[in-house]
Amino acid sequence: MKHLTAANLARTPTGARIDLVMVAEMVERGVKVLDVGCGDGELLRLLSETRDVDGRGIELSREGVNECVAKGLAVIQGDADTDLADYPDDAFDYVILSQTLQATRHPRVVLEHMLRIGRHAIVSFPNFGHWTVRLQLLFAGHMPRTDILPYSWYDTPNIHHCTIKDFRQLCTEIGVKLEKAVALNAWGSPLRLNAPWWFWNLFGEQAVFLLSRKG
Amino acid sequence: MVEVTRSSAVEATDAPREADFPRDSLVAHFGVDRPLKLDAGVELRPFQIAYKTYGTLNADRSNAVLVCHALTGDQHVANVHPVTKKPGWWETMVGSRKPIDTERYFVICPNVIGACMGTTGPSSTNPNTGKPWGLDFPVITIRDMVRAQALLLDHLGIEQLFSVAGGSMGGMQVLQWATSYPERVFSALPIACATRHSAQNIAFHEVGRQAIMADPDWRGGRYHLEGTNPHRGLAVARMGAHITYLSDAALHRKFGRKFQDRDTPTFSFDADFEVESYLRYQGSSFVERFDANSYLYLTRAMDYFDLAADSGGVLANSFKSTPTRFCVISFTSDWLFPTSDSRAIVHALNASSARVSFAEIVTDKGHDAFLLDEPELFAIVRGFLDGAGKARGLTAKS
Repeated sequence: MKHLTAANLARTPTGARIDLVMVAEMVERGVKVLDVGCGDGELLRLLSETRDVDGRGIELSREGVNECVAKGLAVIQGDADTDLADYPDDAFDYVILSQTLQATRHPRVVLEHMLRIGRHAIVSFPNFGHWTVRLQLLFAGHMPRTDILPYSWYDTPNIHHCTIKDFRQLCTEIGVKLEKAVALNAWGSPLRLNAPWWFWNLFGEQAVFLLSRKG
Repeated sequence: MVEVTRSSAVEATDAPREADFPRDSLVAHFGVDRPLKLDAGVELRPFQIAYKTYGTLNADRSNAVLVCHALTGDQHVANVHPVTKKPGWWETMVGSRKPIDTERYFVICPNVIGACMGTTGPSSTNPNTGKPWGLDFPVITIRDMVRAQALLLDHLGIEQLFSVAGGSMGGMQVLQWATSYPERVFSALPIACATRHSAQNIAFHEVGRQAIMADPDWRGGRYHLEGTNPHRGLAVARMGAHITYLSDAALHRKFGRKFQDRDTPTFSFDADFEVESYLRYQGSSFVERFDANSYLYLTRAMDYFDLAADSGGVLANSFKSTPTRFCVISFTSDWLFPTSDSRAIVHALNASSARVSFAEIVTDKGHDAFLLDEPELFAIVRGFLDGAGKARGLTAKS
């Protein structure tokens, strides 16, 4: 099951998903990357084509994995919640969790592992503080459904939604350094960098965070 | 060292002659000056390796793919088998425009040490006595098989293999290659295998060996000298093993409880059921092409296989800083080498930061699935080799 409906995520004129392009832009060239929850390998392919990285992936769905391997990508079937523990410290330069955080059972443990395995972590997620989400709960009185989060409450794979504010709070709690953050509005355009966090939290539909270990 | 190609016109029906002079095969001879050092602590010399090649080696010798065969396989991977006249055992995978594309790659498939199709084994002639080795042949291991293959590559002037691929016992050889000679293996495809043989698998093998040794015609392994053949014991061994290569679901789909050429039970011990008839056929056709003592030696080699034991019990150390790219493949209904075995390989490779892909393929065909028509398997092998080929700088056509 896909966590998001990728078809509904905004794309660049060349067809690349804007959130993935944002992630790719945060990655240095020629580094070693682990993409956790890599789906059909779109980000890994983008990274190898545009950033010349040595990319590896973990994906929960068997279909996703087999599709990736058939494309020549180094992907294994595995679960972010259980299998990150098997990786040694400092094995990667970047560990990426793209649109998968909200589907993990233990987001905090996953994030801690990411920064143990990699020097940097990049996390992108749908912002549950977006105004359309808030309005649905406030006025319609039902669990929010959006273009990118179309599931009903009873069949959603997304079990740990958070807002941009929540995520920043978690970063503070586990002592992670926030290097860079980008929020995208519903049309996939980045919000103004000098906008205050409350503005991002209200108008950002998705967020991308670049993190590193403190010290 | 002399290259000999034996014409397929030469008549040879008895096992010892096929073992010494394999039909339709290339043979590399290693003289007394090139001994094979065995794990058992002895040296095998002289010895020979029968092999087949397909495709063309490119100018910089970078497109060689070694295909390792399973327990009862041989070098005839993609040609009509000279004894059975059946298609090669992996013709679905190896050939022109196949996933292991002989238009692109130079494919080498050697018969393993201990086998009976032309590489030195217990049915080969012992040069010291002029008679078949029998049980005087030293016990061999998967590592010995791989050592012999490395000598063959030296002989062929191939420094590095583009890929090593194989399923089951072939997969064990792939893993051994990647740990014994990591710098000689650019990419590795271990399929439906494990880093060690499980207690259950050793148990099944022991049943097979006991069936052979219980046949009075086995004669303590001296049947070649005494003019007998323990074909009943070998057939029973094969029948038992064959069940482990399938799955309950596949057997049910194929045979169910259907009767063989009859509508009612005969109230006898005839092969009333289709599945019985099928197994009897599997057993009787196997003995025509396989040597009972080879079956003992090769099952023993698999039993002894434990990659981690060679690295102080820590599997990840076997793959420490390996440069090889791996693609590990398992099948959902394989209970002989279940997915958990493949997952253990993947965990160890991850712990060594190796570049590894791992796919589990959904099928009800059991362990044998790696030899059968599995389109997803073909797509994955093709994709993996394409990706590795790009990294190795192999062009689409060599």
